[in-house]
Amino acid sequence: MWRRLLGRRQSNKPATVQYDESYYLASQWQLMWRKFRRHRLAMVSLVVILFLYSLALFAEFYSINDPHKRHVKYAKAPPHTLYFVDEDGNFHLVPFIYDLKQELDMDTLQRNYTEDRSKRYHLRFFVEGEPYKLLGFVDTNIHLVGVDEPAVYFPFGTDDLGRCLFSRTMHAARISLSIGVFGVVISFVLGCLIGGISGYFGGTVDLIIQRIIEFIISIPHIPLWIALAAALPDEWSSTQVYFGITLVLATVGWTTLARAVRGKLLELREADFVMAARISNMGDFDIIVKHLLPSFASFLIVVLSLSVPGMILAETALSFLRIGIQPPAVSWGVLLQDAQNIRSLSQSPWLLIPGIFVIVTVLAFNFLGDGLRDAADPYKQ
Amino acid sequence: MKNYVFQRLVYLVFLLWLVSVVTFIVIELPPGDYLSTYILLLEQNTGQQLSEDIVERLRRQYGLDLPTHARYFKWFGQVLQGEFGFSFDWQQPVREIIGERLVLTFTIAILSAIFTYAVAIPIGIYSATHQYSLGDYVVSIIGFVGLAIPNFMLALIMLYVGFKQFGVNLSGLFSPEYLDAPWNWAKIGDLLLHLPIPIIVIGTGGTAGLIRVLRGTLLDELNKQYVITARSKGVGEVRLLFKYPVRVALNPIVSSLAWLFPSLVSGGTITAIVLGLPTAGPMLLRALLAQDTFLTATLLMFITILTVIGTTVSDILLVVVDPRIRMERAAN
Repeated sequence: MWRRLLGRRQSNKPATVQYDESYYLASQWQLMWRKFRRHRLAMVSLVVILFLYSLALFAEFYSINDPHKRHVKYAKAPPHTLYFVDEDGNFHLVPFIYDLKQELDMDTLQRNYTEDRSKRYHLRFFVEGEPYKLLGFVDTNIHLVGVDEPAVYFPFGTDDLGRCLFSRTMHAARISLSIGVFGVVISFVLGCLIGGISGYFGGTVDLIIQRIIEFIISIPHIPLWIALAAALPDEWSSTQVYFGITLVLATVGWTTLARAVRGKLLELREADFVMAARISNMGDFDIIVKHLLPSFASFLIVVLSLSVPGMILAETALSFLRIGIQPPAVSWGVLLQDAQNIRSLSQSPWLLIPGIFVIVTVLAFNFLGDGLRDAADPYKQ
Repeated sequence: MKNYVFQRLVYLVFLLWLVSVVTFIVIELPPGDYLSTYILLLEQNTGQQLSEDIVERLRRQYGLDLPTHARYFKWFGQVLQGEFGFSFDWQQPVREIIGERLVLTFTIAILSAIFTYAVAIPIGIYSATHQYSLGDYVVSIIGFVGLAIPNFMLALIMLYVGFKQFGVNLSGLFSPEYLDAPWNWAKIGDLLLHLPIPIIVIGTGGTAGLIRVLRGTLLDELNKQYVITARSKGVGEVRLLFKYPVRVALNPIVSSLAWLFPSLVSGGTITAIVLGLPTAGPMLLRALLAQDTFLTATLLMFITILTVIGTTVSDILLVVVDPRIRMERAAN
């Protein structure tokens, strides 16, 4: 262990590096922030995550149409193409779309859409549209983009019922993004509590808890989740289902956190700096608050940020199988239900777009967690 | 060594008992009991209401008048005798309909594990020895995307590409003409043709994770002094690589089998549902939605039992492979 640490220090810290005074005066968190800022991928991911959460928070502002409104004239319409150059080759700074005209193919009975090139509809920003309450209490009707009537703009196309997939994706971000954080919080409380007990008491209690955790980890999760989620009563409201699903996900999620907390507790209890503080006649409370918690908190943040994507993926999978979040509530998994069979998928491949949001979110959380881990590691320069 | 194996086997028995408890909890969880479902079914079929007397007799027959723990022991006793109950949905004894599906499920899981290792180990070694090369970046990007893409979405995309580009339907495990055919060589050949798609879909997520782990540990090892010592003594690069660092770096990979296997079975469930494979996953989902309690419980129990056995075997294998763990565990 020691040789490894020393070896790393030698190889990673060239003797020539000079730090200015602020480096030596910086607190632990400031040092971490410095290191984190240098991790470019993690910084980008942080921005992406903040952006995604802003989508969830201001979903009504970003969405163009009412997510539940059925545009019968535009059922299964493909995404609109944004143009900058018109038919005559003139360039326009503000992009525009052409309205779509539906035609029924009499042979295959499929709807085909053609662009009506006679009139351009330019995008307009901060337009007035459907009234809504921003953040739940500010009455307004301003939306980010829109086009003039009678055209309707569908950046991601529409589903079978003619509902705007873009607006639905924005609204779905709410459940998809919050359930991950919320589930992790529940797992975190359970994990800290049980892991703490396990690490603090040790002995037989520790042994039993560790065996139970191992057992839960060795059960295939998805069958277990499916079984638990299917056991939620049908008559529950969507809020109840939301909490139910979160609890189901947390039944497995807490194990990882409990293991991490226990391991860290056992390690830190024996650490030299704790012994040093004890010898310096520092009180137990001060040791916990001033030494243990700071060295622990960064670690916990890392573990937490790395467990969010698993939760998001699990919710998506359950909702995709129609046993998670129930319509009319929407999450990305619920939206992906429409792409479940090869026929609808081959006719309207844009139904997979909500999945891209899932992938981007999961990637961003993974990179963020990596960056945080590097930043929190005091041996990495 | 023998001691350790014995310990693990005792623990395995304990685990199997825990599985039965969890399964029983799942049976008891849904609101209402399976008998009400059954009675409803009977009433629909016969078109008349069952009398109180018959309902009461049925309740006693299924042991629903007993307290919970007595019900558990009754059920557990039946399971030990290989009696898993009757599937209301399929109108057949559970025992007769799950066998083939379980075999297929675990065949796919084991093949996916082999696929995962066969792909992850060479790529991991390449990516560590060619750090920051173009290949390393490409592999890393693919690996990250593989980690982030949900199984079912990958399956959907494969179906879509197969359908659009090649005009073939890639779902299922058998061509229609072999679906109900008895097992013979032609059917096995047909199965082999259909297997790659689910195996790739299920294996991808795990592969990405393993490549990252292997690359990380191997990079750590390559910087160690014993590598420099060996090199300065004139050991050839390839021989050096495979003789020392790779062997050390493979350890976390071997021990990962214990969690990889459950996750492959788990990922297999949802992939099978999307691809319409005749394995345990779709059957489980259907049974759950139909409240077909005995089928649900038995499937869940066998999936878990086989996984737990798989984990135990991989734990024992790890001890056989790695002398350091052998010493450490033998000391306890």
